Amino acid sequence: MHRPSWVPAEVDLSRPSAARVYDYYLGGSHNLEVDRRMAREAISLWPDLPAIMQANRAFLRRAVRYLAGRGITQFLDIGSGIPTVGNVHEAAQQAHPGARVVYVDSDPVAVAHSRAILGGDEQTAVVHADLREAETVLEDPAVRATLDLDQPIAVLVVAVLHFVSEEDDPFGAVARIRDRLAPGSHLVLSHASDEGRPDAAASHRELYSRTPTPMTMRSRDEIARFFDGFELVDPGLVWLPLWRPDASDAAQHPERTTGFAGVGRRG
Amino acid sequence: MAGRRDGGDRADAAVQPDPVGALTARWAAAVAGTSYVPLPPDEVAELLRGLLHRLLAAVDEPPLRQASVGKQVGAALVDAHFTNPQSLSQTLCVLLDGRPAAGAAGGRGEPSGGGEVLPDPAPPDRRWNALVATVAEGFSAALQERALCEQEEILAAAAAAREQASEALHVSQERFRAVFEGATIGIGIGDLEGRILDVNPALMRLLGHPIEEFRRRSVQEFMHPADVEHVWRLYGELIRGERDHFRLEKQFLKSDGESVWTDLTVSLLRDGDGRPRYQLALIHDVTTLRHLRRQLEFEAQHDALTGLPNRRTFLAHLDAVFGQASPGARAGLCYLDLDGFKAVNDTLGHEVGDQLLVAVAQRLVSVVRDRGLSVARLGGDEFVVLVPGTSDSGQLVALAEEVLAAVAQPVQLGGRRVEITASVGVVERSIADIDPAELLRAADMTLYWAKADGRSQWALFEPERNAREITRYRLSSALPAALAGEDLRVHYQPLRRLADGRLHGVEALVRWEHPRMGLLGPGSFVGLAEESGMIVPLGRHVLRAACRQAFSWFGAGRSGPFVSVNLATRQLRDEHLVDDVRIALADSGLHPQQLQLEITESAVIGTDPLTGHTLDALAGMGVRLAIDDFGTGYSNLAYLRRLPLAELKLDGSFLRGLRSVDAADPVDVQLVGSIVSLAHLLGLTVTAEGVETQAQVTILRELDCDAGQGTYLGRPADPADLGRLLDPV
Ligand SMILES: C[S@@+](CC[C@H](N)C(=O)[O-])C[C@H]1O[C@@H](n2cnc3c(N)ncnc32)[C@H](O)[C@@H]1O
Repeated sequence: MHRPSWVPAEVDLSRPSAARVYDYYLGGSHNLEVDRRMAREAISLWPDLPAIMQANRAFLRRAVRYLAGRGITQFLDIGSGIPTVGNVHEAAQQAHPGARVVYVDSDPVAVAHSRAILGGDEQTAVVHADLREAETVLEDPAVRATLDLDQPIAVLVVAVLHFVSEEDDPFGAVARIRDRLAPGSHLVLSHASDEGRPDAAASHRELYSRTPTPMTMRSRDEIARFFDGFELVDPGLVWLPLWRPDASDAAQHPERTTGFAGVGRRG
Repeated sequence: MAGRRDGGDRADAAVQPDPVGALTARWAAAVAGTSYVPLPPDEVAELLRGLLHRLLAAVDEPPLRQASVGKQVGAALVDAHFTNPQSLSQTLCVLLDGRPAAGAAGGRGEPSGGGEVLPDPAPPDRRWNALVATVAEGFSAALQERALCEQEEILAAAAAAREQASEALHVSQERFRAVFEGATIGIGIGDLEGRILDVNPALMRLLGHPIEEFRRRSVQEFMHPADVEHVWRLYGELIRGERDHFRLEKQFLKSDGESVWTDLTVSLLRDGDGRPRYQLALIHDVTTLRHLRRQLEFEAQHDALTGLPNRRTFLAHLDAVFGQASPGARAGLCYLDLDGFKAVNDTLGHEVGDQLLVAVAQRLVSVVRDRGLSVARLGGDEFVVLVPGTSDSGQLVALAEEVLAAVAQPVQLGGRRVEITASVGVVERSIADIDPAELLRAADMTLYWAKADGRSQWALFEPERNAREITRYRLSSALPAALAGEDLRVHYQPLRRLADGRLHGVEALVRWEHPRMGLLGPGSFVGLAEESGMIVPLGRHVLRAACRQAFSWFGAGRSGPFVSVNLATRQLRDEHLVDDVRIALADSGLHPQQLQLEITESAVIGTDPLTGHTLDALAGMGVRLAIDDFGTGYSNLAYLRRLPLAELKLDGSFLRGLRSVDAADPVDVQLVGSIVSLAHLLGLTVTAEGVETQAQVTILRELDCDAGQGTYLGRPADPADLGRLLDPV
């Protein structure tokens, strides 16, 4: 179980953090030696990892652009990590200068970093909260001040739900969020799966058990359950690179990305 | 728009050569996928085209200027997130292939690249290569710069996060401190040796010790002389880690020597690994609460008006006496209520009534107190004294008499002299024979007997009388159901003519086939039915059944045997009787003269006009009327003349002296003879009841008695025995 929200989180820099490891995969230097050590080890076991992360990040960008194109101007990015580039608010504000974005993460360092980067941007907010406490996220004053939940919003849970194990009821958390969404809202989701590379997944999971956020890989069918109550938009739940690729994006062996992506609409 | 171009595009390129576009495309293709953060392809092409133009424009500038542009281009790549070393190597590969032949500058291109690149790279393009080298320089510098910045950022973020966390921790500690200090509940923390580490001000106030005093003492020193052993056993279990908390009420000694009652909760605090570390005590003063609770308890147990124990307490007390009694022990109750208390309330008002109850309560207390007994008020004007450990009822009777005397003393209420008496039911039993509820019921029943005896009386419980009354009560309450069901039967007993033994008539006798008590005769329940009024429907039931049965035996006819049905006094007073008879006859088809109704002497003595009318109406219909059990009542012969009678049924008691022909009592013979003659004089037939011997038959026949009824002539029987009934004896 995770700590109740009233107990202050500790900042333990001696353990790798999923957010900073991810930053390293994406070529960033927002990371510490512990993170890099773990990332290098992971890459040596599974050289595709940086490419997978890029595919994930590319999906995130395409999904935001797609939704912005459909008139969505409010984004709730849960498990936002360390904003590297092509962040949600940049992509969204490119399409709608007034677009509003709230970044939520459970990693205190990622949150502090996001705050430093976003500074006083009125249209964005950064919230330190845990997806597993869906109510806390939805009731957060900053979330409420920035987003109007009675209007459609996009909820992004991109590459984050595989950090929530069954016992913490990720399906329940997503369902509770869903129930609070106005019609026309969307769920943007990507999720690691061991269906593409069952061989590599196990050792990878093993590595992540060292972080405060161990991994739970899920099958495509299980991942599809997160979309209960949503209607998947085309092309449905597919390998990361196959979700509405840009014209020139060549995707060889999309299954090697071992992650599924999809966007659902709440009717 | 910019895609990879290969040889197939050559023809188009030749028509419209675009060397810059081609190089851009090759460059884009080369770096594609080397960006960690993928950009849309069109954005990449756009960027690279711009960079290429800047390079081409700078290639012929002076070296310093050229170097600065080259570095900027390298830095721009990093800015666009081409931070992968591969991005640089790919870039160099493409650019070092040669400068495109666009603008003023010449360039070198790869031969297969198409006609837009100068075919012969005669002298190496030093200027271009030097420019490209500065791109590499700019790239590396920017990358390093960026890495340093990001490192700084992340360290700053980590520091900020830590600061935030410690601030939050601080806030939460402060919050805890504030709760600790400000709590109204006493809180103490100790270690597992029992050393007290900290206490809050509320606890200091509660026990009146300063903090130093607490620190000096150990938990065990807070033992109170009144502590039950249990308290410290729980404490031991907690300290040993066998339980995580306990809660109980415990007294503490205050600094001033007084004791204070507290609600104490002690919890075991464990460290992160689950090892017991500290104990935490929460203590609050419940002295007033206990006081209040005791008061509430008192109020729940006592009657508000008189202050005597109430019914609940009495019952609990009674249960306790029964529960704790040794075998063979006895106990008794004096159960009393005031005679005519309702009248006092009604005439003098409730206030006076209440005052009277209070006065009576005081007197009762003064009577029983010396005996070490207590009196309870059960409600209204009912009081009860429980006497445990009695030896016989004498003791209780004496008490009852004393109680009656005490109550009978006039009371002075607000200048008014009020006189009241009580009745007492006394029960005294062996506890083994009875349970508390039965004892109380018995007392209640006995009180009822005492009341029936008149004012200011006591009555002593008698088990047989009680059993009788209970049976009566049970029968009476079961009667309606029996009537509705099939449990009531009608049996018939023959009345035979003495002259020839032929059938004179049959008497209908009701029987109750009781599921538990067996077949009951009319004597056991007709009286009850009369009391409860059930006799009217019961009588109607018998009447109808008898008429139907008689018709099936005798058919319709003016003469011949009749069926004789008893009428209770109460039925005679029922205005519907005549109609009931008419309907019973009509429904059955029986002729009125085939029906005889038996009434008792007492029912017709001093007949009221209504009864007279009823009898006249019945006789007018042709129904025979008979006097039942003649000779047991007043036997006032005068009424025989007045009433429209057809028959006299002589009570069986007259036949006792006639059991044998030789030893017949001459007075009885004379008496019966006179009655028969008198009856005949009045035109009535006579049936003698209780005929048990042939001698009686012989004598009665000699005395000219018309008919007889009794065991000798035929017992009452089920109608199925029709055949034998009709046979002459
Ligand atoms: C792999 S990153 C994904 C970042 C971003 N969404 C993307 O896809 O580019 C996962 C992030 O989720 C965060 N995270 C993990 N468990 C979380 C939880 N229960 N609640 C909120 N954030 C969580 C981690 O701290 C990390 O920053």
